[in-house]
Amino acid sequence: MSTFLGMPSLPVYGTGNLHASESFPKAAHRELGNAQLRVNLGHATHTIRDKRIQVISELPDWEHLRDTGSAIKEAVMARLPELLEQFEENFTSRGGVIHWARDAGEANAIVAGLIRETGETEVVKIKSMATQEIGLNEYLEGQGISAFETDLAELIVQLDHDKPSHILVPAIHKNRTEIRDIFLREMPSVDPKLTDDPAVLAAAARAHLRRKFLTARVAVSGANFALADSGTLAVVESEGNGRMCLTLPETLITVMGVEKLLPTWQDLEVFMQLLPPSSTGERMNPYTSLWTGVTEGDGPQTVHLVLLDNGRSAALADEMGRSALHCIRCSACMNVCPVYERTGGHAYGSTYPGPIGAILSPLMTGIQAEENNSLPYASSLCGACYDACPVKINIPDILVHLRSLDVDSKRGKKKIPTQMDAGMKAASWALSSGKRLGLLEKGLPLGRLATGPAKKITKLPGIAAGWTQSRDIPAPPPQSFRTWWAKEHRRPKIDAAPAPSPEKEDQR
Amino acid sequence: MRIALFATCIVDAMYPATARATVKILERLGHEVVFPSGQACCGQMHVNSGYLKEAVPVIANHVAAFDAEDYDVAVAPSGSCVASVKHQHPMVARSCGDTALEERATAVGAKVYELSELLVDVLGITDAGGQLGSYFPHRVTYHPSCHGMRLLRLGDRQAQLLGSVVGIELAELPEADQCCGFGGTFSMKNADVSSAMLKDKTAKIIATGATLCAGGDASCLMHIGGGLSRQGSDVTTLHLAEILASTVEEPASVTGDIRVSTRKATR
Ligand code: SF4
Repeated sequence: MSTFLGMPSLPVYGTGNLHASESFPKAAHRELGNAQLRVNLGHATHTIRDKRIQVISELPDWEHLRDTGSAIKEAVMARLPELLEQFEENFTSRGGVIHWARDAGEANAIVAGLIRETGETEVVKIKSMATQEIGLNEYLEGQGISAFETDLAELIVQLDHDKPSHILVPAIHKNRTEIRDIFLREMPSVDPKLTDDPAVLAAAARAHLRRKFLTARVAVSGANFALADSGTLAVVESEGNGRMCLTLPETLITVMGVEKLLPTWQDLEVFMQLLPPSSTGERMNPYTSLWTGVTEGDGPQTVHLVLLDNGRSAALADEMGRSALHCIRCSACMNVCPVYERTGGHAYGSTYPGPIGAILSPLMTGIQAEENNSLPYASSLCGACYDACPVKINIPDILVHLRSLDVDSKRGKKKIPTQMDAGMKAASWALSSGKRLGLLEKGLPLGRLATGPAKKITKLPGIAAGWTQSRDIPAPPPQSFRTWWAKEHRRPKIDAAPAPSPEKEDQR
Repeated sequence: MRIALFATCIVDAMYPATARATVKILERLGHEVVFPSGQACCGQMHVNSGYLKEAVPVIANHVAAFDAEDYDVAVAPSGSCVASVKHQHPMVARSCGDTALEERATAVGAKVYELSELLVDVLGITDAGGQLGSYFPHRVTYHPSCHGMRLLRLGDRQAQLLGSVVGIELAELPEADQCCGFGGTFSMKNADVSSAMLKDKTAKIIATGATLCAGGDASCLMHIGGGLSRQGSDVTTLHLAEILASTVEEPASVTGDIRVSTRKATR
């Protein structure tokens, strides 16, 4: 592991909603039992998947864009401290105020303090992953401040006292009938004859939100990008609710992870081509809002930015894992992930679900964080996420890297090795010599005998029971290929030079 | 050409017919096949499960076995094992600071091809029926395994070869690019999710009405075949190599002794 100059030598791990509270297999088992969830998720992910492929097929330079995006992000990570300082200088000189937060607790306290200074007890919110990550809404509630989510899907989840299960479509696990029932139950002054027609539901939400927009004096947002050379923040959205929050209130407080920086305005051009197709499958998103500090007489006159670390430095210090910080939260990886498609986002525990969550959460909390160490195994390593990622994060390689950190972190700590440890050790011995494997294969006929007349194995003990829960194993063949080959090639061909016997060759 | 066969541990021990078929195809084309006898396994299971330390001797053995042999190119009837040799071996060697092993592993990796890759790109086979005499009069569907598809970028090489076999009836598998759920130890560590993925895959296979599902990776085929068997389906799995090796004179048996299948089980 290498660290950067000026970084704390001990990584500050992330806190807040980054921890799974139960192991992934356990959570997945429960979620898999929810048939409605499976149907909703299958339908939703496949729709977005198809749209994305369609829109990307229109871009002849897509692969080039991905390479460029990846290279820009890599450059940002290499000089993050410098870019942060440049950003701070520009943002501050335009009237913005910067606050630095090491972890979730610090960030929450800063935001609550800023709201309290305004004397308000209600704020409107733009959909933001960073504030989900630090658990801001819950914290504010404890402080007597009500935060109202204004993104339609976030609103649904909030009204239902649920947790988002997808970073872009937080209510992806709910269908429209379920949404209508939530509105009828939780929305004050809603029409009791509400139908589950999407347009009707959207209109009900709009009426509900409009009242909030017109009265709110403080807004809390996240940010998709921050441009170091101008001190500008950007929010990319579809609904326009974000634009309302960014322009109507008097005070705007933004919480943003430090990795969101881009060096220049021009770099935004690349990401504005990468993000919308990857996230919503649109050529372009309807609303992109940019602001640079305070503009007199236009929009919020008090503008704050909380720059959040919360484990990002720890991730950055991991040479193999740091590219996880390139993520632009487009959600393409979860939309194509066969595991996510079946378990949904809640199984991952953390705010960040799916393939990116499986690497980002343990990177930010440290692999030792109990239960998060089960996340890197939540993948068949099929590679669909890597192919879909607009900034080319090699998620499968990082998953494998984190698995090795997990295995290594437990070495020598357990009195009795697990079945997996013992099996891997034995397999390493057997599979690191052709001779040893050959000798073991001599036992194949015995295994064959043991399978009985059905010539298949249907039940295995221990960890292997996971396999036989839904699959048989064929009876082993009467002889291995190696044995067959040795027999076939025992006698050297008449005109060929005498070859060493296979047994001898094995000595090598 | 002198071609070194990397049988892969699972084919060597569980599916020897696949390796014999690979030899048959290459010899039919007039090439000399050698079997570096020190070979055992690519170590992918260890790497993918996070046991890098345990993977090192396995990788070192593979590199030594192929380093010691004199050959032009190597071939393996498995996309996933080829990807491991090419990508994982140098990576693991590097991560444990063994630059000598990294160099040798990179050299060994540069010479290995997945079977369809070797046939199409190196040996110029585009018409299996015409050039190999492949004959297989069955309705077949095809699952392109993830690692061949995404790590090796095999594209439609395997499907093209299959399609050019005389007598074959290829039934397209819907959502073929979806993972079957194997993932090595994933199938045990996350058995529930893996089983859910497998169930969707087998349902799609059965719906094609094919007699069997072909593929280029024995491990995925064992997984899919194991699921079909457990569900009591008559549909089996068969490796691409065996279909390509099958001829009018010597047709491949679709109810072979080592397939997972209820059919052969009743024999
Ligand atoms: S990892 Fe890549 S695909 Fe996944 S959300 Fe982040 S940017 Fe998008």
